[in-house]
Amino acid sequence: MDVGQMQKRLLDYMNSLLKEGILDSQFAQLQQLQDESNPDFVAEVVNLFFTDSENLINDLSNALGQQNVDFKKVDSCVHQLKGSSASIGAQRLKNTCISFRKFCDEQNLQACLMCLQEMQQEYLLLRSKLDVLLQVEKQIVAAGGSIPIMEF
Amino acid sequence: MNLGGSFDGSSSSSCSSRLNSKSEHGGDSRPHILAVDDNLLDRKLIEKLLLNSSCKVTTAENGLRALELLGLRDDQPNCSATGSKVNMIITDYCMPGMTGYELLKKIKGSSILKEVPVVIMSSENVPTRINKCLEEGAQMFILKPLKQSDVKKLRCLIY
Repeated sequence: MDVGQMQKRLLDYMNSLLKEGILDSQFAQLQQLQDESNPDFVAEVVNLFFTDSENLINDLSNALGQQNVDFKKVDSCVHQLKGSSASIGAQRLKNTCISFRKFCDEQNLQACLMCLQEMQQEYLLLRSKLDVLLQVEKQIVAAGGSIPIMEF
Repeated sequence: MNLGGSFDGSSSSSCSSRLNSKSEHGGDSRPHILAVDDNLLDRKLIEKLLLNSSCKVTTAENGLRALELLGLRDDQPNCSATGSKVNMIITDYCMPGMTGYELLKKIKGSSILKEVPVVIMSSENVPTRINKCLEEGAQMFILKPLKQSDVKKLRCLIY
């Protein structure tokens, strides 16, 4: 595959993620920040996000498993994940967080547990998609090409 | 409350001392912005946005650390030679411990720093919150996540 084909593949892939609502325009903002002075910016941010999210999801799991659930703590974790998701453009994950917070407000444990499951699924899906995306970007750069700018 | 380790590795300025500017020695004339946010990812993002807009950036992970950098900690002597070499402070609203609003009040309550423009960021569009901050002297309120167009607006506040 030559660079041109790889770039097209990347654009098509990004468009499909946009269409599915997995990512939104904020992700393109991130990509536009990457430059020669910081060529790994997107990968760094994405990896930060992965670590952060996994910790938060673990904390949520623990918090919801307690005898007396501290909904304030649960809400605080979800709030943080919502913020990070929004910052990176992870739209579906962000939306799951928004629903989650409503159930925290209502102190509805069952609904929170279901949301947690959904959150885990969305996160895993997002993670696998971003892994592919970063992989393709790496290949383009290794082949001497540049990451095409997405226009939203 | 953890006060240590507030700087991210990619910050462009010195981490060990309070904010100081080289501009009085005819050096860096870029505007110097202090960005405060408890979320590491957001700090990284705003730092890059500001760097890309030709600003010098220092980040802090909480209000107390920000005050320390500004020379406004309660136990610090109020010295006009330090701390005030910041052209703008941008802070998240929702932070554990000291909120962005509380930080804003401290800054506006300081004789040295009250003229420094303060911008508040929040992921939530709450009119009462926005009004409260503007009334307390915030120059601008921006909704997160931040974009390049937001940073362009910020830059206009400095000159």
